[in-house]
Amino acid sequence: MRRALSLAVLAVAAAITLAPFVYMIVVSMAPQGSIYAGSLLPVPSFGAIARNYGNALTTVPLPRYMANGAFVCAVILVAQVTIAAPAGYALAKLPFRGRPLLLCGVVLALMIPMQVPAIPLYVAVAYAGLLNTYTALIVPFVISAFAIFLFRQFFVNYPDEVLDAARLDGFSELGIVWRLMVPAAWPAVAAFATISVINHWNDLYWPLVVVTDTQMMTPPLGLASFRASGEQSGDVGALMAGGVIVTAPLVIAFLFFQRALIRGLGFGART
Amino acid sequence: MLAAPAAFLLLALLFVPSSLVLVLSLTDYQFGMTGFDWVGGDNFGRMWDDPRFRQSLLNTGLYVAIVTPVSIFAALGLALLIEAQGAMRGVLRTVFFLPVTATLVAMATAWEVVLHPSFGMVNVALDAMGFDKARFLSDPQLALGTLAFIGIWKMVGYNILLFIAGLSTLPADIYEAASIDGADRGWKRFTLVTWPLLAPVTLFVTVITLIRAVSEFETIAVLTNGGPNGATEMILYTLYREAFRYFDIGMASAIAVVFLGVVAAVSILNIALFDRRSRL
Repeated sequence: MRRALSLAVLAVAAAITLAPFVYMIVVSMAPQGSIYAGSLLPVPSFGAIARNYGNALTTVPLPRYMANGAFVCAVILVAQVTIAAPAGYALAKLPFRGRPLLLCGVVLALMIPMQVPAIPLYVAVAYAGLLNTYTALIVPFVISAFAIFLFRQFFVNYPDEVLDAARLDGFSELGIVWRLMVPAAWPAVAAFATISVINHWNDLYWPLVVVTDTQMMTPPLGLASFRASGEQSGDVGALMAGGVIVTAPLVIAFLFFQRALIRGLGFGART
Repeated sequence: MLAAPAAFLLLALLFVPSSLVLVLSLTDYQFGMTGFDWVGGDNFGRMWDDPRFRQSLLNTGLYVAIVTPVSIFAALGLALLIEAQGAMRGVLRTVFFLPVTATLVAMATAWEVVLHPSFGMVNVALDAMGFDKARFLSDPQLALGTLAFIGIWKMVGYNILLFIAGLSTLPADIYEAASIDGADRGWKRFTLVTWPLLAPVTLFVTVITLIRAVSEFETIAVLTNGGPNGATEMILYTLYREAFRYFDIGMASAIAVVFLGVVAAVSILNIALFDRRSRL
């Protein structure tokens, strides 16, 4: 009895969780007539699949959005790790004068939501003539306080004797960061990478602020503008096909790399 | 200096602009204008007096008050149920974690179609059962509740993930001791053992959920634009509109200051509570 009840609760919750995924996929494969017929689930057809996905890929530059998203995410991630790993190492292992102040700044920075500095950053980007550029999409995110903090926490337990030995062997401090610390903290790097990519692939706020040119849109912004432009004509099948295409990369990656993702998200990052 | 680039970028991209927001909130600066005047607390006064801003703050409070407790307790309950399953556990985890990585803009449009007034699955079902169809996103009575539902849908998966991570760290010997003392299962074990041990995780989940709920933007921007008639206007969307549609930077900065205050207060409360708890 107790077991049946808990299974029933789980089944209902799972159905609600999956509903928009299932509906999105089914509608993306269904002909317009069947979508508007008002049955519980429309009936897919091969012709409709070709039509809807074809429309999604041709009426808006969806491949371009995907490429923009991939490029922006990749550059942001590389920049974040390149800047944060040496800083995390310095905060963990090197005594220097401003260290307590910097650590304090990192913790403080964790509390500032991105939408606050976004206002002056927008004004600066606009006056610099950088609206609708990759620079505008990337620059505000090259620094991640969360990455610095996470790396510091991982680096702090690294044995000092190994560092001393490495210095005797002629390693520079940067050499230590990239050849010893980062490989040793690989789980933290992988975890951070998953969080960063999820956040920036899915972000709508900043792209919406700095991009109006269709060619520069990221997947969520492109999809949102596709939806807004289709409100009158209402090609729901193509819109859902676009949704499937935009959502698929991360969801499929999640199914393959579930373990690393869960570990990454378990750190509780939000930005 | 290995930390110099990071320190410089923290200053240039985070601390200097954030401090500028504090300054700008006391001005009437409009983007595109050459000068500005100091207006003291006028922007904050307007936020309180103007019914539009007040409704935005009220909606945000209401949204947070619905989404936070529901998504936390639903997630805790589901996490316990999932972990109590045997072979099904892995599949269930995958299902419930799916919304975490999914692109919210896409999922919000999918929900819009599910909830469509004429052909959406939910209204078809309501109609078949003899109920009236509902305009979930355009009826002012329902719109905020609908967004809250989508918000809960989005957050439960992530909260389940955090609770499962927390549950896996609970020491098994405490459960053994509890079962010897008779608190071996069900509600009694939950209230006497699991709930107190999970308190730090629950606090952490609460903080994250509060901040994410206060920061709701995407579902509004994609589905309602704050409408119908301001019914789904929330603080971050109001900030966005004032800053980047009306270019009223002074007013937007004042809203940003309030928003920053709320987020910082939640974070500081977290640290303070956590400190006291670990000392007890």
